[in-house]
Amino acid sequence: MIPKAFAYERAHSVAEAVDLLQQAGGAAKLLAGGHSLLPLMKLRLSAPAKLIDISRLDELRGVSVVGERLFVGALTTHHQVATHPLVCQHLPVLAEAAAQIGDPQVRNRGTVGGNLAHADAASDLPAVALALEAQLHVQSPAGDEVFAAEDFFLGPLVTALPEYGVLRAVSFALPPSGARSCYSKFPHPASGYAVVGVAAVVAVGARGTVEFARVAVTGAADVPYRARAVEAVLLGQPPQPEVLRAAAGHAADDGAIAGDAFASEAYRRHLCAVMTERALRRACGLADAAAGA
Amino acid sequence: MEAGKVRVSLEVNGKAYTAEVEPRLLLVHLLRDQLGLTGTHIGCDTSQCGACTVLLDGQAVKSCTVLAVQADGGRVTTVEGLASPEGLHPVQIGFWEKHGLQCGFCTPGVIMTAVGLLQDNPRPTEEEIRTALEGVLCRCTGYQNIVRAVQYAASQMAEADERREVAAAETE
Repeated sequence: MIPKAFAYERAHSVAEAVDLLQQAGGAAKLLAGGHSLLPLMKLRLSAPAKLIDISRLDELRGVSVVGERLFVGALTTHHQVATHPLVCQHLPVLAEAAAQIGDPQVRNRGTVGGNLAHADAASDLPAVALALEAQLHVQSPAGDEVFAAEDFFLGPLVTALPEYGVLRAVSFALPPSGARSCYSKFPHPASGYAVVGVAAVVAVGARGTVEFARVAVTGAADVPYRARAVEAVLLGQPPQPEVLRAAAGHAADDGAIAGDAFASEAYRRHLCAVMTERALRRACGLADAAAGA
Repeated sequence: MEAGKVRVSLEVNGKAYTAEVEPRLLLVHLLRDQLGLTGTHIGCDTSQCGACTVLLDGQAVKSCTVLAVQADGGRVTTVEGLASPEGLHPVQIGFWEKHGLQCGFCTPGVIMTAVGLLQDNPRPTEEEIRTALEGVLCRCTGYQNIVRAVQYAASQMAEADERREVAAAETE
């Protein structure tokens, strides 16, 4: 399969990429790792007149901790995220999710920024971005803008990224010390995308009750969402199996759960509860529940 | 240069190439159709099966999902670049010895994926080998002999390393 012909230009800075996007007037797309865009172009589902290659911009690469946030440059690959010492130390749930994207070859090319800007409704990273209260740092003709992850994902393949904007980096909030986390995914057997994927971050306080809970779900709805109903049940409760199960029962409450050819709405609702319970149990250091749970 | 074409220079199996390509040309088509390196196969053409896997700057990538222009300035290794005048690459020997193939269609991609794994992780566990092979599909072998082939290659490469270390120690 061959993409439709397009013009190609390499940007030498983010500012130049913004200019080139503007000059193309909406007919251009940015090319980073190309692992979301090129498959669509090969299927001719996307046919931009021009690709602006930003993949050589070193200013968009790298991982760092600044204050209470961990920054990941947009061009950082999934493999780099999954293996980076700072990510493994501070945000193991991010490394855990990145290691489940696609396969090793895909993780060698696919980038964090490309993944989030593409906004596939079944992608793994958006769940982690929501659970870690990520901010997306964008450069556009209007200047620098920051979007909360919760305001960024608007629908399948639709984001709040402004026209002619370049996603520079994403930063994740470091959870309170002592918090534990888990990304639990039920992958589609052929594509590997999440039929349902759940990211959970839980901190238990000195009194033995949950003091901090962030839960987010991908794959189940037309857009990934924060499962606030789950969080509300957990807060102030001891992390006992029955509490976690009761909380997980609300995992579908905050999303517009959708059925498709792969999984019915009812099945996805069921999976939301099962995968959320698994994520919560692992985040709370409990063994997996018996089969059927 | 023809309008709209882009000049790319890359090193393939140690040899420098320059070509003028349409931006939409895929790396796998550059390798197969322009450089005649047909050892890299096109299977699914949708970045799933991994038959087109090559090393780009030392990393296993699916060349059906990389534009030739993205590989500009890069270093590509295909299955043709593995053997040396001294003989086959240990991973190729492993596939031979352990019969890690049947029809052979996926084999170049599987071998390149395994070479990429052993570069990063010379002593992988069986589970690590199976995880590393997640991005290659084989419809013949059930993967059992592929895993054995990679294990064989890893042990042969480890023994060769030890022999080199002993020889280096003896010459000191």
